[in-house]
Amino acid sequence: MTDEKKHKKEVDKVTGVETTGHEWDGLKELNNPLPRWWLWVFFICVIWSCWYFVVYPSWPVPGGATEGSSGYTQFKELRESQNEIIARQARYLERFEGASFDDIMNDEELYAFAIAGGSSAFKDNCATCHGTGAAGAKGYPNLNDDDWLWGGKLENIHQTINYGIRADNLDTRVSQMPSFGKDELLKREEIDAVVDYVLSLSGHKKKDSYDLGVKIFQEQCASCHGEKGKGMREFGAPNLTDKIWLYGGDRATVFKTVYYARAGMMPAWGERLDENTIKQLTVYLHQLGGGESDEAVIDEEKVIEHVEPETDTEYSNEHAE
Amino acid sequence: MSNQKQTQSTQTSTQNSQDIQYFAKQEKIYPKRVWGRYRKIKWLVMAITLGIYYLTPFIRWDRGPNAPDQAVLIDLNNAKAYWFWIEIWPQEVYILTGILILAAIGLFFVTSLFGRVWCGYTCPQTVWTDLFVWVERIIQGDRNARKKLHESPWTFDKIKKITLTHAIWLFIAWWTAGSFVLYFNDAPTLVRSFFEWDVSPVVLTFIGGLTFSTYLMAGFAREQVCTFMCPYARFQSAMFDRDTLIISYDEQRGEQRGKHKKGESWEGRGHCIDCTACVQVCPMGIDIRNGLQMECIACGLCVDACNNIMDKIDLPRGLIRYDTTNHMEAEVKGGDEKFKFIRPRTIYYLCVIVLVGCTMLYALINRAPLQLNVLHDRNPLFVQLSSGEIRNGYILKILNKTHDHLEYKISLDGLDDARIEVKAAGEADKNKLHVPADSVGSYHVYVSSFAEPGKPREITFNIQDQSGKYKDSYTSKFVTRND
Repeated sequence: MTDEKKHKKEVDKVTGVETTGHEWDGLKELNNPLPRWWLWVFFICVIWSCWYFVVYPSWPVPGGATEGSSGYTQFKELRESQNEIIARQARYLERFEGASFDDIMNDEELYAFAIAGGSSAFKDNCATCHGTGAAGAKGYPNLNDDDWLWGGKLENIHQTINYGIRADNLDTRVSQMPSFGKDELLKREEIDAVVDYVLSLSGHKKKDSYDLGVKIFQEQCASCHGEKGKGMREFGAPNLTDKIWLYGGDRATVFKTVYYARAGMMPAWGERLDENTIKQLTVYLHQLGGGESDEAVIDEEKVIEHVEPETDTEYSNEHAE
Repeated sequence: MSNQKQTQSTQTSTQNSQDIQYFAKQEKIYPKRVWGRYRKIKWLVMAITLGIYYLTPFIRWDRGPNAPDQAVLIDLNNAKAYWFWIEIWPQEVYILTGILILAAIGLFFVTSLFGRVWCGYTCPQTVWTDLFVWVERIIQGDRNARKKLHESPWTFDKIKKITLTHAIWLFIAWWTAGSFVLYFNDAPTLVRSFFEWDVSPVVLTFIGGLTFSTYLMAGFAREQVCTFMCPYARFQSAMFDRDTLIISYDEQRGEQRGKHKKGESWEGRGHCIDCTACVQVCPMGIDIRNGLQMECIACGLCVDACNNIMDKIDLPRGLIRYDTTNHMEAEVKGGDEKFKFIRPRTIYYLCVIVLVGCTMLYALINRAPLQLNVLHDRNPLFVQLSSGEIRNGYILKILNKTHDHLEYKISLDGLDDARIEVKAAGEADKNKLHVPADSVGSYHVYVSSFAEPGKPREITFNIQDQSGKYKDSYTSKFVTRND
């Protein structure tokens, strides 16, 4: 192009499109401008970005970014939505705070609130040991069933959660089973006999050592587990006659339990969670299926001093196969 | 530019025999005012359809104290839709499917009989465009005045007229958007909230969006929607056959067309005087004398325009008319062919309509006022109880579709020794499950049994209300071991 100004519009014959007048080695550039709508979108984006630059934090500077006229940050937004949720909960919390368990169990709204809060608190804090469905695991009780070591009324559950079991807390629930084998309190054959006796309580066949087993049990075990082996909640001593075994009901496991003893522990959650959450957890656990009502008759024994032979025969007959 | 292109293309046609134009610029159309039978029908249909649209949300319908009293309401928060005596829950969304099938086949049926009359008379795009053109005409004048104003330089008068037009358009668009939102809210409450300056941002966003789309579609896009965007417009031609009524130009009678002076003889020439009245009134901007075209929405305004001209020059009406291809061809041959409304096509469309309609009617009449759904607990699947019993947990969802608060009782089949326990606040037990009107009650129920561990067994929950009027059942599983 010798003289740009003199250049007249030239139209390409093949396509019918104007050229730009630029030519390289005989190749001419066609003038196909960007579509108008595309340009408009582009311009609007440019304008928008200027606005964004001013209003929002956009330019990195040492120690952060420019603040933006709106003062927006994601942290602030998070805090706002959290406050919103807290405000929404406050409506229930206000009533929940002062409500007794009786009130909660009879108020549909509070009950639903407790279960919703308890369910999520459970998954945050308890599920690690007890499982997300509260079904427990070996050594960690299943909270769905009706077998409670320390009691299944709302008050019992509340106390257990609050102070824990064998936890580092003055009010914690505590009891200790002796390690009969490890500490040489019993001889091996005595342990064998008492294990077989305990197994016979839940329907296993009686062995020849039955009488020895009964004797050992009454001497060593009955003070906590009861004369009939039905357990005692004051000591967190499990019922040995039912179908539920915390560590397993096979002979080897029961033997191990008697030999080394067991002492599971749970933290005192009162030190970590607020009272409302613990109340919610209590109601949540109570409705998982095993919760006991205040009037429930609990089939547990008192400590007995004397062995009554009739009881034994009566009991063994019951479980004869 | 386009002219230049045209000349170019003719020049290069020897090299490039297929000259394809990839982009057609929208030509602004200024439909001329016309009066006649079809215009009258169009006004009437517009009044009826817009009347229905704008006023329906305000119709009240008494459903008792526990349900909304708006005749037509889609309650998104509570997931219910109300249409006079019909109420639909999300579970019954198949009824919506039925309505859509009926609408589609209904469209096919009408189209195969009368052509695209849906497009020409009742389609919202047509109706609102018509309304907007009417506003345009009232303010800016008829076709020629509008064209002149559009092409004239900006003057105070032009600014005034254009601004006024757009203001009214925006107002109509806003009203339209607002009416749409009324179908999803209690209409009087929402209207009142407007006067109290207390409208939710969600509502305002929807109104804003719909206002914009109405303004854009009826004010600017207009016939472009029908020609380029609408899928129905394209596939409706598949419903056409030689017995479908279409807007037809009687070529036999009209050609050779040409200008005609008063008193001249009609011998040896056609009746079309090439006045282009039919082109000027066409909202799609086509010339119907070129035969049936894809753009034609069968509104019949060209028929009115032509008939008015025919009256003026003392020729019989009907140079352009609704007619079928078969009928026209028979006339050419001198015979007469009756309109065939009963054809295989119309018969099977009608059959489908009747079939779907009856199915829907059956579904509506037999709509269960009580429904039970049972969800088996998954974590854990079952629980071993100390007594040796096995317990399964279930969530019972009780759908009370009546407008009364009811109490239900449940029983169980499939496990003889089953013990049923209900966990809920207050006094609920298996004989007393309370569910408020028109809502879903949810109860956690535990079933315990001494069932021998084995494969999951089927158990059936039965439910009925206290009077025994409503019943339902649900079969679920009772799991006894980990498989």
